[in-house]
Amino acid sequence: MSVYNSLDSITDELHKCMKCGNCMAVCPIYKETRQEVGVARGKISLVEYLLAGELDMTEGLADRFSLCTTCMACNTNCPCGVRFDKIILAARAEAVRKKGLHSVKKIAFTALKMQRLFDLGMKTGSIFQGVALKHLPHKSDRIARMRFDVGIGTEKVFPMLAKKTLRSEFPEVIRVNNPKMRVAFFTGCMINYFYTDIGKAVVEVLNENDIEVVIPRGQGCCGIPASVNGDVVSARALAKRNLRAFEKLGADALVVACSSGGTAWKHVFTELLENDPEFKALADKWAAKSYDISEFLIHKVPFKKEGLGRVQRKVTYHDPCHLNRGQGISREPREILNSIPGVEVIEMKEPGRCCGMAGSFSIVHPDLSVQISDHKTADIALTHTDTVATGCPACRLQLKSGVENAGIEEEVVHTIQILAESYRAGKKANTLKKGGITPN
Amino acid sequence: MLAREVLQELVQVLGAENVLTEQEDLLTYAYDATAAMKHHKPDVVVSPLSTEQVSEVVKIAGRYQIPIYPRGSGTNLSGGTIPTQGGIVLSMLNLNKIIEVDQDNLTATVQPGVIIQALNDQVTKLGLLYPPDPGTVTTATMGGSVSECSGGLRGLKYGVTKHYIMGLQLVLANGEVIRWGGKTVKNVTGYDLVALFTGAEGTLGIITEIIVKLIPAPETRKSILAVFDNLDKAGNAIASIIRNKIIPATLEIMDNATIQTVEHFVHAGLPMDAEAVLLVEVDGYKEVVEREAVLVEQILQAEGSVEVKIAKNDQERDLLWLARRSALPALAQKRPTTVLEDATVPRSKIPDMLKAIRKIAEKHRLLIATFGHAGDGNLHPTILTDQRDEDEMKRVHLAVDEIFQAAISLGGTLSGEHGIGIAKMKYLDWEFGEAGVAALRQIKEALDPNYLLNPGKIVRRD
Ligand SMILES: Cc1cc2nc3c(=O)[nH]c(=O)nc-3n(C[C@H](O)[C@H](O)[C@H](O)COP(=O)(O)OP(=O)(O)OC[C@H]3O[C@@H](n4cnc5c(N)ncnc54)[C@H](O)[C@@H]3O)c2cc1C
Ligand code: SF4
Ligand code: SF4
Repeated sequence: MSVYNSLDSITDELHKCMKCGNCMAVCPIYKETRQEVGVARGKISLVEYLLAGELDMTEGLADRFSLCTTCMACNTNCPCGVRFDKIILAARAEAVRKKGLHSVKKIAFTALKMQRLFDLGMKTGSIFQGVALKHLPHKSDRIARMRFDVGIGTEKVFPMLAKKTLRSEFPEVIRVNNPKMRVAFFTGCMINYFYTDIGKAVVEVLNENDIEVVIPRGQGCCGIPASVNGDVVSARALAKRNLRAFEKLGADALVVACSSGGTAWKHVFTELLENDPEFKALADKWAAKSYDISEFLIHKVPFKKEGLGRVQRKVTYHDPCHLNRGQGISREPREILNSIPGVEVIEMKEPGRCCGMAGSFSIVHPDLSVQISDHKTADIALTHTDTVATGCPACRLQLKSGVENAGIEEEVVHTIQILAESYRAGKKANTLKKGGITPN
Repeated sequence: MLAREVLQELVQVLGAENVLTEQEDLLTYAYDATAAMKHHKPDVVVSPLSTEQVSEVVKIAGRYQIPIYPRGSGTNLSGGTIPTQGGIVLSMLNLNKIIEVDQDNLTATVQPGVIIQALNDQVTKLGLLYPPDPGTVTTATMGGSVSECSGGLRGLKYGVTKHYIMGLQLVLANGEVIRWGGKTVKNVTGYDLVALFTGAEGTLGIITEIIVKLIPAPETRKSILAVFDNLDKAGNAIASIIRNKIIPATLEIMDNATIQTVEHFVHAGLPMDAEAVLLVEVDGYKEVVEREAVLVEQILQAEGSVEVKIAKNDQERDLLWLARRSALPALAQKRPTTVLEDATVPRSKIPDMLKAIRKIAEKHRLLIATFGHAGDGNLHPTILTDQRDEDEMKRVHLAVDEIFQAAISLGGTLSGEHGIGIAKMKYLDWEFGEAGVAALRQIKEALDPNYLLNPGKIVRRD
């Protein structure tokens, strides 16, 4: 039984909890609020009271369940092996079943507004940007601040909407000579609308490694923002849509460059569709060949080391929660960074500490999100690097907002962008050499 | 339910954001880490930001005769923070500043909401150490651990919390603020209230500031593991190490039931048929540590250990301690409910106590695994059970009674470090007799005549 279908699916997890409170040592929310309801132990108790009939599913309760970035730090620190990530997802799904979507109305409402804003933006292009966002001149990232508050405050620094979406910039199939393999790229929303530079780097690196890339047009949102907030119905529909789109084009493997996308394809789709034999089989099939881009380049098709050019950067790497604890990927991006000539990796104090973004969490709890982010920014500042690399566009947004507001000169990029940069540098050096000029 | 004006007064003093009244919040303060204990919802939770605010809250509570339950991180194992009569839960977590580290006097002054590890993170930078290290160093507060007089793994050589508390600022039951003790090593002015309030479990007053003693951090350490096929031999080995005038920082024991569970859990290479393993750590100056480690090894061999291992590097050391640190979690995963006791005996009686526990387990058909701080006689017989099984829980309660009887008859005590709280209140006269319990009550009533501070804990009202 999956956590999306019934609260009973987690009774064993609840029984495992011995209320020792060890989760308090790592919970980013509890560290800020110091209120028991912030930590896993508190929310576990609430679910227990709910199951025992001592507490009703109220909107107040749904609000409490929204107090979690789903960073999974408590899972890792729990001596009893409690999977709190399952508990919170089940609790939120139950809230929506019992109270309807309005129990998460703030999330749904704001997310909807945002989505409309983005779509409008794509249509009206720069006019919209001028109205809604105040552009901040910057050397590498196209970023802006909200001019008016849509419920997330005006402090957050946003990336500018791309002029064209990633998916409209490429043909559905990007061919190479003598392809080794055909790989499907699930872009996810943030890369499609905002961070097309990450998407382009993914295509570039894969092509560089003689891999044909397909970007199915029919793909959409991964549905994680919905499933994480208990909107199982929408999440299920999105899962099916994506499976259909990818099945139509077919591929030897699927890559993602965002941690939500990876989580969705590897775990969530099959859980959502457990009662749908046809789609469950499809979901299982694609789950088995889904990879995060860094994982793919280390384990599936080891990336070419020849042709890597020099990239002069001091880099610190932030572990996205759902890549690190969620998918066990933390060594791979570092291995990629360390193999790039010129890159010096300097670790920050707690690279695995949640950045506080957590998708819609930062919309529902903007102040808390910023407080959590401030710790991250402070840790980054201490590294005296010029670049923060990470494996997730959502983290990139949060980290950029953090360093920008703190006035720190620091570029925030996806690991894959530095790898693409290195291949580019390699090519440039090569042409120069062929032309008889030796670069110094 | 509290009268509206009480809430209004609390909000006036603390601000609305520091006063929780919604039931979804209140219910998360109805329990602590104690297993198989009935929960109780408080009427309100307040989080003061200053001593003055604490004092105001206590005065309001006094005016309306509302019980106050002080709370740190709620990790105690004796029901100490459960608000059994409703009323006010006083969360001390917002008083979380390290006020001063004084390198000349080797003291630190902290607020009660500071987490023990946070203090240590600060002082290790200066080559200093605050030694008390309960299993919850990364979560428990200074105020909570002072109030429980927490122990930990280093008790044998370094003592427990009470050996490090030099001064306190206190809010009394009438709301008055007093200071006792200070930075001086010597202080005999008046009764030793610092000692009285250390371990008082919040029943006599609220701690709002703490001056602790720091020591220079030991230069290095070394760990040794010894396997025994016989409990008496393990017991003799413990006595023999001490008789040879070596005081290890830690001297831990795990019995067969613990070894089996832990081995299943972490695969640390412990022999499944061993009757006991001892884990010893010596620390201090490098030269001394080298010498003592070899001596300990020789003693353990002489006492008939079937296998002795010295950790050669940090990695090996970590592996040895992983087994010990996994003891409670591993046991906790075996059955849904984990009843952890901390009956303590003079260290020479450890083998007798272990055997008594085994007999009790057999008699009541229970799974009891025992591990603990052998060096200071503090054992953790851990009953693995299921709260939902009524018949088994009855046997658990009988077994707990008998474990306490055994400890007391061996010249030991009910609780070495977890406190009395609600859980062990009814056994007090076994240890003190009626007159002793009456003396406790007189002290309580002298300082808190109306039973407003953590009522229902330690001292029962007649
Ligand atoms: C897994 C686990 C392992 C443990 N290991 C050990 C161990 O090795 N050794 C050990 O000794 N204990 C151990 N404990 C018990 C517990 O961690 C300690 O007693 C701890 O120090 C309590 O701190 P706390 O902040 O959680 O206090 P709380 O549980 O919040 O409170 C404890 C008591 O202090 C009172 N109190 C709290 N703050 C104040 C204040 N400012 N003024 C007055 N009264 C106050 C409360 O009313 C209560 O009676 C363990 C517990 C767990 C769950
Ligand atoms: S650490 Fe695990 S067992 Fe302990 S309170 Fe948190 S969730 Fe429960
Ligand atoms: S998942 Fe993260 S934010 Fe949520 S309770 Fe656990 S540690 Fe806290």
